[in-house]
Formats: sequence, structure tokens, C-alpha cells
Amino acid sequence: MDYDKILSDKIKTIKPSGIRKFFDIAAQTEGVISLGVGEPDFPTPWSVRRAAIETIERRRIVYTANPGLLELRKTICSKVEERLGLKYEPDEAIVTVGGSEAIDLAIRTILNPGDEVLIVEPSFVCYSPITELAGGIPVPLETSEKEEFKLTAETLRSKITERTKMLILPYPNNPTGAIMTKEELEPIAEVLRGTDIIVLSDEIYSELTYGEKHTSIAQLDGMKERTILVNGFSKAYAMTGWRLGYVLGPKPIIKQMLKLHQYAIMSSPTISQYAGIEAIRHCDDEIKKMVDEYDARRRLIVKEFNRMGMECFEPKGAFYVFPSIKCSGLSSEEFCTRLVEEYKVAIVPGNAFGQSGEGYVRVSYAYSINHILEALKRIEAFLASLKNEK
Amino acid sequence: METLLKLLRQNSRLSNAQLAAMTGTTENEVAAKIQELENTGIIKGYSVILDEDKAEKDVVTAIIELRVTPQADVGFDDISKKIVIYDEVTSLTLMSGGYDLAVTVTCASLKEVALFVAQRLSTIKGVLSTTTHFVLKRYKEKGFIISDGEYDEREFVSP
Repeated sequence: MDYDKILSDKIKTIKPSGIRKFFDIAAQTEGVISLGVGEPDFPTPWSVRRAAIETIERRRIVYTANPGLLELRKTICSKVEERLGLKYEPDEAIVTVGGSEAIDLAIRTILNPGDEVLIVEPSFVCYSPITELAGGIPVPLETSEKEEFKLTAETLRSKITERTKMLILPYPNNPTGAIMTKEELEPIAEVLRGTDIIVLSDEIYSELTYGEKHTSIAQLDGMKERTILVNGFSKAYAMTGWRLGYVLGPKPIIKQMLKLHQYAIMSSPTISQYAGIEAIRHCDDEIKKMVDEYDARRRLIVKEFNRMGMECFEPKGAFYVFPSIKCSGLSSEEFCTRLVEEYKVAIVPGNAFGQSGEGYVRVSYAYSINHILEALKRIEAFLASLKNEK
Repeated sequence: METLLKLLRQNSRLSNAQLAAMTGTTENEVAAKIQELENTGIIKGYSVILDEDKAEKDVVTAIIELRVTPQADVGFDDISKKIVIYDEVTSLTLMSGGYDLAVTVTCASLKEVALFVAQRLSTIKGVLSTTTHFVLKRYKEKGFIISDGEYDEREFVSP
């Protein structure tokens, strides 16, 4: 059969994630250590695991209501109110299969063919492909180290056209670790007020900030009505494999989104949903412990990269640093390929997160301090060998 | 102070500069704090965690339970003093429960351990009985996984 003929034209044009290639090299090389993951090294808190086990023991595990267990949605709403001071009703929430599904739902629910989506870059790899699959046109909003990888009102304004339908605002940011404060969000909000542009605010790393509390753009005057807020359990509660996230937004949008969720997913994993209630209710202390630990590693890794001559901007969120590789004279891909092949450390080239990530690499510190130090030692040896080549 | 000790427990070879970065202080402050911890005897020393099987093949370790008669005024301290002086003894702790002192002994052979117990430990005045347990395999020590059982289940690279 000629599968090439059978397959959808659109899916064939979508490029696989740039991260994939490095996974393949790393998996085939003996003795590789990685600073490449996008998930916590901590185990899911025990009380959450116990809640899941109890769910299995005591219940018939059946589908939940399409938007998710009412109790979980109520719990989510009250936590969001506690953290951000934003009031959502349970019918303004859908429990999703990770933040990823929430992003997919939001984009597909909003876009008409030809609509433009402004995507802050560097950022998580899924926004552009999903936009394209939904018939939209991704428009990158490039951020730079000089501006600490924050979106500025000037950049935003310069890319808005009549066809602009949505702004994807991913802060705290993967891969840069940048955050945006209330003061920095205000000029962005000012540009958007009075327009019909919807903000998709991906706040999956909201609990992982250092020294500065997370602010959602939805908290600013007049913004809640034009914001779709995505969050989840993966990063905050170390629950990546549970596949649990949520989306909050204006009722008319959520109502339409729910149709898509209902036909594509039916309902999110029931066991994870019961576990999620426990996580939100009782795991603030666990979050604090993880944040303290990440913070120490963050400080260490920033210092070490700067000492080694890889200039590294100080990230205030998530668990990544995004050092510059200018000193190496290599492209991001060359740097990462040679590093994994010659010195057996797997990291991710910055351009996997958009063209503006070229010249940088993403390094995760979701690893023990001793593991990080060993990997840094190898990176330092790699830099020294590059110097000798010159 | 607490954070500093926590970090040193994980890796006592971290430089003062690294410790300062992690705790948000200066190198001088870290040096002063460590000095204070050493002076006040909170930090007793720095050692290394080995996989003994790989490091020295001919070493036998045993944990010996000692039941003893406590003595007036000094309790267990007097007997303990007589035990800690031996180089073979790598740790000594007073226990609650079915016996009193747990003595960890490391020797070159099984026979040496047996002789040490028979000639040195059981002969101490006040020792009522000894029970010797030989260590067969170590899995974890001071928070470090010793056997090769630990691995990271996460993929090498993920979004």
C-alpha cells in the first residue's frame, strides 16, 4: 500500500519534535548521563499514591462526568482562588489529560482556518504543530536574553494583525525559566484590552518560582474574560505519568471545549482524578520542599555555568537553565550532538524550542546535586577540548 | 545552618563557593559557619561512602549485639569506653529493646571477627552475652544506594 498517499497531507507536513533526535542518540550510547528531562526527579507524594491505591481498592473504577469529578473541579477552583484570587465556577473548568490536552482543546476550540496565533518563543514544542493542525498560522514572538526572555508590549504590538486570534503566553517558561511579574504583564494586558484576542496562558510551572510569586495574566483588570488558563499536576506535584491537568476559562468557551473533550477523551483517568484531589488538598508542604531543593540546585548550576564561561541568565521559574553556547562557536545542534557523542551528556538544543533559541541549550536541574556536578564536569571537559581545537 | 548541613550530608566535597551559591550567602560566611560547626563538635569529621565489596574484597563486617550489666553511676558509658578504643570497631551505639549495645566490627576475615568477639568483647567485665550477625550485602548507606539497584526511570530527554 502507498501509505504516503493515504496519510493526511497536513500531518505529513508536521515535523517531529527536535527533542526526539537527542533522545535516540542518548538511548543508543552507553554511559550517557542526562540533564535533558522535563519532569521532576521527586516521586509523587506518598499520600497521593495512597489515595490512588485506595481508589483502586474501594471503588469500581468507572468513567467520571465528562468535565471531571465535581469534587475535583471544586477543589481546583478553590485552590486557584487561594493562589490567584480568581473566582471560577466548577462549570468553568475541565479536567484534562495533562496540560497538553488542555492546550489542544483551547487551540482547536478557538481557531478558524487562517487565524493567526502569536506564540512566545522559545517555548514548549507543541503550540505550533497544534496550531497548524487546527488550520491556524503560527506567528512567533521572539524573546531574547537581553529582555530576560520576557514578552514585551512592543514585540506583541508589532505582530498583531486583523487575523490575530490568540496569544500563547507560556510563563514560567520552558525552556528559559523566565517568569513575568505583574508589572511586566500589565503592558501586555493593555495591548490586549479592547481586542478580541484570546490569551492561552500556559501556567503549568506556576508553583515552581523562586523568590517571586507567580502572577497570572487573568488576575489583571479585564483579562479574565479573555484568558484561557491551563495548568496541571505534573510539575507542581511531581505527577507527570498520571496525565492530569485542567483548563479554566469563560463559560461560553469551556462549553464548546467540553464537546471536543467529550468526543476525543470522554473523561480523564479516574484514578488520577481522585489522587489529584488529595494532591491539591494536602500537598502544599511537599511543593515547598521540592521548590527549596530546586532553588539550591538552580543557584548552583547558574553559578557553575557562568564560571565555566557559558553565560547563563538567572531563571526565576520552572526547573531549567538556558545558558548561551556562544563561547563554543558551535550551533546548538552541533554542541548537543558532540556533547552527547563525545562526553556523554544529554541536553536539548535551544532551537528545538523555536528559532530564537538558537545559540542556547536547555539544561534541566531536576536531578540530584551529585548528578548535576558530574554532568557539569563533563561539560567543562568538553568546553576545554573545544578550546584546544581552536 | 540546617540547609548547609543538609547539603554537606549529600556531598561534603562541595566547595565553599558552591555552598555559598546554593545557600545564597558568601564564601566567607560559609567558611565561618563550617568552622563553627567543627569547633562546636557538631561536625565530627568527613569520610567517604564506599561500596566495600568493590573497594576491598577481603573485608568482613559484623554487627554484634551485646547484653551488658549497667554499672552504678556510669551506666553504659564505662563499658562503651572500653569498646570504642579498638580500631576494628567502626560504630558503637546504645540501643533500646532486647539488647544494649550494637557494635559494628570490620576485620579481614570471618575468623578474625570471631576471635575479636571471643577475646576482646566477651571478656569485658559486665558483658553478659554476645550475638554476632555477619553482614552479607549492603544496599544503602548514609542515604546512598550502594547496590546497583537504583536507576532513573525517566527517559533521557523529554519535553
